[in-house]
Amino acid sequence: MAQPILEMRGITKTFPGVNALTDVNLAVMPAEIHAVVGENGAGKSTLMKVLSGVYPHGSYDGEIVFEGGARKFASISDSEGAGIIIIHQELALVPLLSIAENIFLGHETAKRGVINWFEAFRRSVELLKKVGLKEHPNTLITNLGTGKQQLVEIAKALNKKVKLLILDEPTSSLNETDSNALLALLQEFKAHGISSILITHKLNEVLKVADRITVLRDGRTVDTLDTSTAKVSEDRIIKAMVGRELTDRYPPRHAKIGEIMLEVKDWNAFHPLHADRQVIRNVSMNVRQGEVLGIAGLMGAGRTELAMSLFGRAYGQKISGEVLVQGKRADVSTIPKAMAAGLAYVTEDRKTYGLVLIDHIKHNVTLAHLDGVARRGVIDDLKELAVANKYRRELAIRSASVYQATVNLSGGNQQKVVLSKWLFSGPQVLILDEPTRGIDVGAKYEIYNIINALAEQGKAVIVISSEMPELLGISDRLYVMNEGRFVAEMATREASQEKIMRAIMNSWEK
Amino acid sequence: MSEVTAQDHAKPDLLRFIKAHIRDYALLLSLLAIMVFFQFTTNGTLFMPVNMTNIILQNSYIVIMALGMLLVIVAGHIDLSVGSVSGFIGAVAAVMMVSWKLDPFVSVAACLALGALIGAVQGYFIAYHKIPAFIVTLAGMLIFKGLALTVLGGASVGPFPKEFQLLSSGYVPDIFGGSINILALLIGALVTAIIIYFNYRERLNQQEHGLAEEPDIIFYGRNVLIAIAFLGFSFLMARYKGLPNVLIVMFALIAFFVFVTTNTTMGRRIYAMGGNEKATKLSGIDTERLTFLIFVIMGALAALAGLIFAARLNVATPKAGLGFELDVIAACFIGGAATTGGVGKVIGAVIGAFIMGVMNNGMSIMGIGIDWQQVIKGTVLMLAVFLDVYYKNKAR
Repeated sequence: MAQPILEMRGITKTFPGVNALTDVNLAVMPAEIHAVVGENGAGKSTLMKVLSGVYPHGSYDGEIVFEGGARKFASISDSEGAGIIIIHQELALVPLLSIAENIFLGHETAKRGVINWFEAFRRSVELLKKVGLKEHPNTLITNLGTGKQQLVEIAKALNKKVKLLILDEPTSSLNETDSNALLALLQEFKAHGISSILITHKLNEVLKVADRITVLRDGRTVDTLDTSTAKVSEDRIIKAMVGRELTDRYPPRHAKIGEIMLEVKDWNAFHPLHADRQVIRNVSMNVRQGEVLGIAGLMGAGRTELAMSLFGRAYGQKISGEVLVQGKRADVSTIPKAMAAGLAYVTEDRKTYGLVLIDHIKHNVTLAHLDGVARRGVIDDLKELAVANKYRRELAIRSASVYQATVNLSGGNQQKVVLSKWLFSGPQVLILDEPTRGIDVGAKYEIYNIINALAEQGKAVIVISSEMPELLGISDRLYVMNEGRFVAEMATREASQEKIMRAIMNSWEK
Repeated sequence: MSEVTAQDHAKPDLLRFIKAHIRDYALLLSLLAIMVFFQFTTNGTLFMPVNMTNIILQNSYIVIMALGMLLVIVAGHIDLSVGSVSGFIGAVAAVMMVSWKLDPFVSVAACLALGALIGAVQGYFIAYHKIPAFIVTLAGMLIFKGLALTVLGGASVGPFPKEFQLLSSGYVPDIFGGSINILALLIGALVTAIIIYFNYRERLNQQEHGLAEEPDIIFYGRNVLIAIAFLGFSFLMARYKGLPNVLIVMFALIAFFVFVTTNTTMGRRIYAMGGNEKATKLSGIDTERLTFLIFVIMGALAALAGLIFAARLNVATPKAGLGFELDVIAACFIGGAATTGGVGKVIGAVIGAFIMGVMNNGMSIMGIGIDWQQVIKGTVLMLAVFLDVYYKNKAR
């Protein structure tokens, strides 16, 4: 058997009071796609930070062997020099510079500080061809979609003579087509002898491309699965990740659907900057009491834009249409008015739009409804504490206390804090935008349970999700959205992934 | 931002607690250290009653503006115009009272309203048109510097009527008489009692809910120190002319802003907005109106500071207010406010202002030239913020 290109042996990393990694082993073979999976907080990111030198040698125990030699990386530039390139979930591109400028940032094709633009251009074209991106090298990053930006990052890595490419959740914000293209690219690199480490929550992708899978749980290596020698199933991986069998990934529902709670008629909205670009086109929809309504669609279909334009015109301009709450016309022209009408919107980007990260759980929970814990503008500290503790208990927010800063919480627990905030505001209609994005299987199940509990209380819940199995698993009814339109409506028991995709494809052909 | 685990709660370790909260006390300890240092280098002049009174009078307008500036900075903005605005308002006050012979009370009210209006105009552009506060208030700084010159016609205007001068040079009259100001002592004792009462009540409340983290010794030690500081201070004041009117105004404002920032929904919203404006807006909070309001408050406080300064000099000069904004902003940052917004305490800004004030005073008594004073003050600002950032990163 060939020597591994990378071996991490007995890696232990501790933070004050926490063992982030305990005796972790990871071996990556040459020309291999190696998936690293685990729940949030399992230690995947920490492990990659150890590998890439973000945590320098000496701050952890254990050893790293790369291409046969022990390595002591003191910084990212050390590991990059060795050919280990990491591409983070949050892309590290400068939006107002061009593709070529970004590719060569820090490695400019320059002589004595003077850039040779012709050379940069020529090599950009070459690299872009390799990653299959058909864009002019002078295009600004800000004009590219996330999928294409991802490719620019990879082109940048190729320029640095990459031997081991690490991708942290590369497809979490990509649509199906872009994801597949990216995975195909990894397989092509493999054919050229470049290994990659793929960190992802999307197990179907893991099964599609990974040669071997290392599963982390609570900072330990619990399993290494080889897909070439044995048939590995999603359930098998999940079992290793959570340490127990998840017999059902979606909790059972007992829907008791009542009257129409929210009705939207002929909703239109335009892009906030480009007034002639219509983003939402004549959307009409309704959701009933006790119902969980799914909105399916690809990235960029306009789902988030629809939700945010409904929620106090937080998105878009020239918005027109009618909103009825419990049969009565409702004014949702500002966020406070939309909230007064009973709406709540749980954002897809909890770090940017959902939480005050530097503040603790208690302050975040009450933020949307401070009047609920205050009298004449003066906050009742004990009442606020009681409210925060109540939600911490009911939603099982795992934290030392409600005084823990939300920045230190895992994704699933952060999402629970955002949910708590909106539950405390007492809404009738909850719009949940990608409520389980980037959170682990165990926490997902808890979120589904919360959604069901809300529906059982008679609230109307709208779930926007890019994961079709999730929508099929938790909703009662589905709308399919594409290019700003609702292109299909179906009861979930009659729906399937194929049906949804067909609806999207058919709408494109028109 | 330290992670506190359940285990740590079980044993309230004295050392661990001090370590976790060192940053809270470091500022106060720095002020004390600086005061002790100057007490020696000035051969005991610093703590003389007349000098202490002077320090209060000299710094009151900086402290008052620092209160508003703290809100501005916590909200994630900056206000460069406060010095010019305070100078301009002093000029307007002079014209009103000296040239037009208007009633001092009417003039003061009008000047405060004018300050609020100036704040409102600047706040309008910042909040509703999203023009960076740096630009708007830089423009304001130039405009009001120029307007102050125009209003005064390039000359100094004064003196002010007696009633107006009392704002800065008056003292709370001693109803008891005698060689030492009994009333000042009584007020000092009362304030001390009130502060300790509230601390104690909070502590009982925390204990009842199992939240008391602070070890007993620190709690009692802290309160004894507070008592010594306040009683000692009022004793010093009592031995001179008693409590200056400005001190009362300043103290009331400090108490009010501490209350607003820690106990009200408005205060909470300002911190949330500074921490994450988008999330706060999506939580149904009118962030535009909040920003607008903060600048109105800042404008009114700048006006008040301008009035106090004019009353103190007893003349309005075109140079009044020059460079005040730098001292005010420095006070906030020395006091631990973060440039990124969302972080900062009123008490921190007040202590920051006094650190600057005591240094100014001490260095002047020592006979250090204004040139080196600037160098030293700049170094202290840099050092304070560096240490703050350094320990914050280390704690991570």
